[in-house]
Amino acid sequence: MSTPIAAGTLSASSPAAARVRGRRWRRRLAALSESTPATVGVVIVLAWVVLALLAPLIAPYPPNANDMAALANTTPSKAHWLGTDHLGRDLLSRILWGARPVLVIAPLAVLGAAALGSLLGLAAGYYGRWIDLVITRACDIVLSFPVIILYMIILAHFGSSAWNIIGVLTLTKAPIIARIVRGMTLDLREREYVAAAKMRGESALYIMLVEILPNARGPLVVDMCLRTGYNVIIIGALGFLGIGLPPPDPDWGGMVKDTYGMMMVWPHMALFPCAAISSLVVGFNLLAVGLRELGLRD
Amino acid sequence: MTDGPLLDIQDLRVAYTTRAGVVPVIPGLSFQLNAGEALGLVGESGCGKSTVALAIVRYLGRAGRIVGGCIRFEGRELTTLDEAGLRAIRGRRIAMVYQDPMASLNPVLTVGRQLMEAPMTHEGASAATARDRALAMLAEVKLADPEAVMERYPHQLSGGQQQRIVIAMALIAGPALLIMDEPTTGLDVTVEAAVLDLVRELRSRHRSAILFISHNLGSVVRVCDRVAVMYRGELVEDGPVRRIFTNPRHPYTRGLLDCLPTLGSDKRQAPLMPIAGQVESALARSPGCGFAGRCVHVEIGRCTSRPIPIAAVQGEPDHHVACVRADELAGWTRRSAVAGAHAHGGPGEPIVTAHHLTKIYEPRRRWLRGPRAPVRAVSDVDLMAGRGKTLAIVGESGCGKSTVAKILSGLEVATSGGVTLGGVEVGTMAIEARSSALKRKLQMVFQNPDSTLNPSHTVGYAIGRALRRLQGRVPGDLSADVARLLEVVKLSPAMAARKPRHLSGGEKQRAAIARALAGDPDVIVADEPVSALDVSVQAAIVNLLTEIQVARGATLVFISHDLAVVRYLADTVAVMYLGSVAEFGPVDHVFAPPYHPYTEALLSAVPVPDPDHAVARILLEGRVPRADEIPRGCPFATRCPRRIGPICDETPPPVQRLGGNHRIACHIPHAELLRLQTGLVEPRVVGR
Repeated sequence: MSTPIAAGTLSASSPAAARVRGRRWRRRLAALSESTPATVGVVIVLAWVVLALLAPLIAPYPPNANDMAALANTTPSKAHWLGTDHLGRDLLSRILWGARPVLVIAPLAVLGAAALGSLLGLAAGYYGRWIDLVITRACDIVLSFPVIILYMIILAHFGSSAWNIIGVLTLTKAPIIARIVRGMTLDLREREYVAAAKMRGESALYIMLVEILPNARGPLVVDMCLRTGYNVIIIGALGFLGIGLPPPDPDWGGMVKDTYGMMMVWPHMALFPCAAISSLVVGFNLLAVGLRELGLRD
Repeated sequence: MTDGPLLDIQDLRVAYTTRAGVVPVIPGLSFQLNAGEALGLVGESGCGKSTVALAIVRYLGRAGRIVGGCIRFEGRELTTLDEAGLRAIRGRRIAMVYQDPMASLNPVLTVGRQLMEAPMTHEGASAATARDRALAMLAEVKLADPEAVMERYPHQLSGGQQQRIVIAMALIAGPALLIMDEPTTGLDVTVEAAVLDLVRELRSRHRSAILFISHNLGSVVRVCDRVAVMYRGELVEDGPVRRIFTNPRHPYTRGLLDCLPTLGSDKRQAPLMPIAGQVESALARSPGCGFAGRCVHVEIGRCTSRPIPIAAVQGEPDHHVACVRADELAGWTRRSAVAGAHAHGGPGEPIVTAHHLTKIYEPRRRWLRGPRAPVRAVSDVDLMAGRGKTLAIVGESGCGKSTVAKILSGLEVATSGGVTLGGVEVGTMAIEARSSALKRKLQMVFQNPDSTLNPSHTVGYAIGRALRRLQGRVPGDLSADVARLLEVVKLSPAMAARKPRHLSGGEKQRAAIARALAGDPDVIVADEPVSALDVSVQAAIVNLLTEIQVARGATLVFISHDLAVVRYLADTVAVMYLGSVAEFGPVDHVFAPPYHPYTEALLSAVPVPDPDHAVARILLEGRVPRADEIPRGCPFATRCPRRIGPICDETPPPVQRLGGNHRIACHIPHAELLRLQTGLVEPRVVGR
């Protein structure tokens, strides 16, 4: 949602500019509130963000502390609102702490994918010919791989860490974004304002980034929102497969993996982290639906 | 059938619900339409014409709602009719023809299937009967070889043929009312003329009443008996065609007539008079006359304090007008040319020339299917534009005029031949290869106001960026220069902070002109700059271009399909057909016999907004050669009404050079052309 350089005179840091930006954000939020799905989505996502930020303050226990006394009865109780897992760790605390890595990794990976994908898509769509051919074929190859196997190979090879997960997600999601941006670029590059830019001698990079990309942002933002939700699922899946974040720090997928064997006896251990994953995914999806609705109406 | 009018609309009120609130688009509209009558509904865009059409068939969508009044059709009240009742009427008793035929036809069904559908569903006719009816209807809309057309898909037909099919579909059920919403707006002049003639002919045969919606008074004249002029959802004047055109009483009607360029006038003789301002929003309505804000005859108080009733004009009981000053205004006379004001000067020192310019598009090879034939967009074109003069390039769509513009501006490069700009050969020089001095020299104004400005950037940014790139300005002192440029194009400097979506079409086009002027160019190439605008706005933009050109001594290359505008604005005219120049010369020579037969046909097709002027129409029949067929002889031979024989098909026509740098590419000797054409195309008065 970047705003292009305003007439070349306003410096970005002036208080006036900040005020204008503030007002613009308020207007955008007000617009979002016109769509019910968007409102619900914003509420869910913001709630998770706030809970994650406040985890150190509001989590009743340290995430990795074992309460041996609770092991006798791990189901929800006064002391442990959501119960504890098989090692006596408080589920509520672990879920709250577990929101933190997800809410950092998923958006960062999407931003990475959007940056890489946009550049690839812009270049493919704008230049066409062999550049387009090379980029689209490369994207097709990445997309034709069974992703989970790809993740397992890469993460097994490089080891599992937050940065590596971000890297893997960026690489596998960028081709999808590249396709979307390429499609829009093919259309946008024929616009007359692009011809006008060429006629005043702008560079190809300027045309792609300043003339074309800002007009592709609507569908792009919607897609980024959806992708963030999908990334939450994938991070969960990676955790479940044991190639997520290294233990013992809480990770929603890992929490399910550790406890799903006890589903028959203590379903809450796996169900609560699952619910956390779903709610966040639903939140991002609703936000995307709402954004699309608003975009269509303009 | 009951007595009384076929369609009776009383105090119809329609409102749209938008984010800004409920907008009363139609605040109260009444009119009647008798059986078999043709009524033209005229006004600028945003006046509510289409809303009326949609309200009649109750097709307003989710946002629109009829909030009051009644619509009686054949004695039935439509505003309260249920869905089943509406279905029985739509398509069967009331048929509609919209602007874009491609959007009205289903691309995956053959034309025949779609035509047969109406009789089969509405009347339960058998497939065989429906087929016979469809064939008969296709013959009636004058499509050659109806049997073959039945089997075609919409994309296999030209725009004009598609619109004929849509008209056939509308008429096949024998509707009592045919609503046509800008049916010819997207079509070429020659095709438009043919479709209008067809509508007039069908009307007399089918006895359907027609509600003909258009912003073009010229096309209304050809079809309608009566004209109703709408402004901001209200009827401001209505009456028989002849009365409206000879004695318009409402200032808005006069404005619409005055801003039309006609074939008889040019910029030196009778300037166009645009209507000041633009259609105001329906949100803020004053109690008085809706047009008061733009009216030159307004009297604050009398016009603005209370609603203006619509009343009969003195001595003309069938002519009504909603203006309190209608009887006070002086009589109206058509802008007429001041004879003998032909101060042209010479052709001027050439600044842009094209010599043997050819552009061939090589299609991409299809895998395993062999090569496709190359497309010859422009072949062997010679042109010249003098410094400070206007060169107009006219022709139908696909004639290569835009390709010529693109080669001039460097967005395409010539395949062979060349273009010089101020003595420098630039024909094969793409824009990237041109020096900044060359880029400054030539700038372009584009066709589509909605895509000419980047929706993400403010107007100020667009102009500022052009200043910086073309004049090498450093940032800092730009806002003053931007404001100065905006003033040149008559926009307020405050516009600099706006994004294009807050601008009207005319304002966007002005901003685009300001952007083109940033480098102070010697040559401005304008590719159909006004064809997407309303007539009233068109006049203002055309005047602005002329003014700027005179003030700056710039050369204007004006690409257009509108001969009236070209006649008005040009010093030199090139008429193009299928990539070649059919006729070239000074405007007075091109617009006077001898004409090239193609020019002659184009001229005869121009809609003239005057019921008393009848023109001997030349209808172009025959097939337009495909773009990848290279005709051996004259490219126009397949459609030429003056074809003289096989020589036309076999031999390329010689270029006949007449006096005054006028040349015609035709096999017919110019003396013979002159003899054939004298008195034929010049508008002449016929008594009725």
